[in-house]
Amino acid sequence: MDYDVLVIGAGVVGCAIARELSRHRRADGGPLKIGVLEKEPDVSLGTSSRNSAVVHSGINYAPGTLRAKVNVRGNAMMDELCAQLKVPIKRIGKLTVALTESDLPGLHKQRNQGEANGVPGMELMDNAKMRTIQPGIEGILGLWTPTSAIISSFGLTIALAENALANGARFHLNSEVTAIDRGEGTLTVTAGGKKFTARVVINAAGLHCDEVSAMAGFAGAKIWACRGEYYVLDKRLDGTLKTLIYPVPGPNDPGLGIHLTPTVDGNILIGPSAAYIPEENREDYRATSAIMADLRREGLRLLPDLAASDFIRSFSGNRPKQTPPEKGGNADFIIEDVSAEIGTSAGFIHLLGIESPGLTSSPAIAGMVREMVEKHVPLAERDDFIAERPGFAGSFSELPKEQRMDLIKTDPEYGEIVCRCEQITKKEIRQAIENPLGARTMASIKYRARAQMGRCQGGFCTPRIVRMLRDEYGFRPEDFFVRGGAPMFFGNVRDGLKGGEAL
Amino acid sequence: MSTVIERDLVVIGGGPAGLAAAIAAKEAGCEPLLIERDRVLGGILNQCIHDGFGLHRFGEALSGPEYAGRFIARLEELDIPVMRNTIVLSLSGDRRLLVSRLGEISEIRAKAVVLAMGCRERTRGALSIPGHRPSGVWTAGAAQNFVNLENIMPGRNVCILGSGDIGLIMARRMTLEGAKVEAVFELLPWSSGLPRNIRQCLVDYGIPLFLGTTVVDIVGMGRLEGVRVAEVDGERRPVAGTERFVPCDTLLLSVGLIPENELAREAGISLSPVTGGPLVDSDCMTNVPGIFSCGNALHVHDLVDNVSEEAERAGRSAAACAAGKLSAGGTAAAIRPGAGVRYVMPDRVVIPDAPAEKDSLNSLNSLTLAFRVAAPSRDGVTRLSAGGKVLKEEKHPRLHPAEMVWMKLSGAELGELRTIGKPLEVSAS
Repeated sequence: MDYDVLVIGAGVVGCAIARELSRHRRADGGPLKIGVLEKEPDVSLGTSSRNSAVVHSGINYAPGTLRAKVNVRGNAMMDELCAQLKVPIKRIGKLTVALTESDLPGLHKQRNQGEANGVPGMELMDNAKMRTIQPGIEGILGLWTPTSAIISSFGLTIALAENALANGARFHLNSEVTAIDRGEGTLTVTAGGKKFTARVVINAAGLHCDEVSAMAGFAGAKIWACRGEYYVLDKRLDGTLKTLIYPVPGPNDPGLGIHLTPTVDGNILIGPSAAYIPEENREDYRATSAIMADLRREGLRLLPDLAASDFIRSFSGNRPKQTPPEKGGNADFIIEDVSAEIGTSAGFIHLLGIESPGLTSSPAIAGMVREMVEKHVPLAERDDFIAERPGFAGSFSELPKEQRMDLIKTDPEYGEIVCRCEQITKKEIRQAIENPLGARTMASIKYRARAQMGRCQGGFCTPRIVRMLRDEYGFRPEDFFVRGGAPMFFGNVRDGLKGGEAL
Repeated sequence: MSTVIERDLVVIGGGPAGLAAAIAAKEAGCEPLLIERDRVLGGILNQCIHDGFGLHRFGEALSGPEYAGRFIARLEELDIPVMRNTIVLSLSGDRRLLVSRLGEISEIRAKAVVLAMGCRERTRGALSIPGHRPSGVWTAGAAQNFVNLENIMPGRNVCILGSGDIGLIMARRMTLEGAKVEAVFELLPWSSGLPRNIRQCLVDYGIPLFLGTTVVDIVGMGRLEGVRVAEVDGERRPVAGTERFVPCDTLLLSVGLIPENELAREAGISLSPVTGGPLVDSDCMTNVPGIFSCGNALHVHDLVDNVSEEAERAGRSAAACAAGKLSAGGTAAAIRPGAGVRYVMPDRVVIPDAPAEKDSLNSLNSLTLAFRVAAPSRDGVTRLSAGGKVLKEEKHPRLHPAEMVWMKLSGAELGELRTIGKPLEVSAS
């Protein structure tokens, strides 16, 4: 047996499960062998890096649903988790705003749901009170939820994965699952051309969860991808938004509506739209002209002095929805052990339709799944678990000056800036390149160090990072990838030259 | 340990503007410190290995590194101190700089500062081009860096969006290195690059230029597979039915340059919405006393020779300022762009009440106005006027938005301005 537990999918949910399991050993005394399979060349390249990065309070879902339960529970777990893992999180709260009388029933519904779900600290606010939080805000009544927060979504996913790895979990990147065979007490998963045997398999495949369950013999799952497009705005506008501001969602909206979301890095997001996309490719992350125009219009309405150069990037993410386009709305999360249904004595647990609030819920979902695993493999908590991740949360440039001075003494490369826009140091780039998961794409460096994410979009730092990878890590032109797919470059211009000689 | 350095003058940026400003300041008797973020001086000129630099200034066609080399040699001759590999983290309105380099963050206090940070390229994000985000979409300058400095080929089948000069230069460069350049697409009905570059980089190599055409879709989930292009109408909207797919593995963007002014903004400097650079007076001084701006950080130039000249003026003014000799009094007259003109540099001219004293370093004995016209024309006329009265008129066989227009005013002509006191206006027809 290769693994006691094999997790399919290294998004935030898969990584949270791996990390939660890695807190445990087998009750019979042996180590719990945990594997994670990911089809991409890094963790967090799917929906987990393509969302609003908001930790929700739990007002959006009907009482009694699994969604409501794991949302509220996950939210409450986030501060301790982020402190341990050095993940940036800011509890900036949220105002859900009724603009007109017609929004009021929807707003009260949210409040009632929140109350039933156990959301702490809620308060209804008139316009004057709202303006003490967000100057100039429009609206007749607002619902204040102080536990709403912003977080680094890819930062959390990467941190969960690295901490799981530090505690013994193994990650297999570039390993797309193509078959699952049911044996006696064991499941054999074929991924990236290799076979892995496991006592329990957990399907956390996000957009592809229905396909993975079908491979294991479960036919009843179906996912539709619903794309959300965003714009990223220049940091110049940092501080404009004091809190999260959302409209009141309509009953059949597939998302929470287009709005502005500040990020922990100081940008603002406009979005997301919600548009179902054709079946053929659930990972079609294109930006469409009509929606881009809508988002720009909406952005200009909310922030009238926006300039064209403030729109530094667009991106999109796809929600794994269990409801078809004609129905819309939100179905409840499904997290269940279907070993009996598929006729195996091994364990098969699947997580279906984990869209928003999947990021918020991930630690709570991980706890739930671990309890399900215990039915197959009895577990006990380890006393040698490493809960803390080394380093500091966020970027070096955000640290107090004295702390920066001290760190430069320990490593002079903290003084050398490689990414000018985000003021990312060579040391941070080096740490990103040398990440313990061994992910070496340009996106891996971007998500870990923030380099290439600023207003020049890598115009300045990409050549410098390329030079560093070539000169210090032996990369050849064909070794550079943005994410997956084809290489970035087409060999050398001239044979026999290394490059960089002129400087 | 944190160190505080006191300086007369700090020049930020060691490209053509910063080099010329530092040299001019030193020659005016000031002790400047030059800060450069890269390992070497010369800025973007280092990757411009084609020739054509210095035709005006030196009467020779130099390559970019050669042009920079002349200034670097002079800088060394003058023994001007340089901090290389150094980034300015922050700049305050009272001219305190926080700078970072290997092993050190330090603070500098300067009597005067010249901003010469150059510009950056506009990216896909700012254009809002729909489609996928595959690899193979580069700004032309990044591609130029890879090819000319790093020996890396970024593409084989290339389309270029935008006819800015770097894009045109790269069309030729990629062709010379064996790539197939399919076409250059330009949204506007005229080229954004210099006519000589159109001739020497496209026409001579049989590369088609499609005006009034833009990229409306970028296709390819991993690597770029091609672009969909369409013609645009008078309001720059794609025209239905004109779309076509052009296969390519690489798209280079040469769609405009943005002056780098994050430090300026932080220091409280007012920026022009048209140029993206600071609003400056005829001494190149911004609205924040003691902080000057020049080169592509001030407004995007088409010829480096002009950058050097402008930067020398900024350097001399900054030196005068550091020495406390920049004349404070005088009449400030605003200069506005009139019909047919996009912008005028400077934004205002300070006309000393009396002709400049002999030992005054900022001798306003002449003034150069730089401006760009809004649309191309033949046999055009440019005018400087005040309150309807034409003060100076110049004829031009050809006016083009890609080519900056210069109008030089002599001391005598400036004397006339002293009596006017109305906003000045530059127009073209």
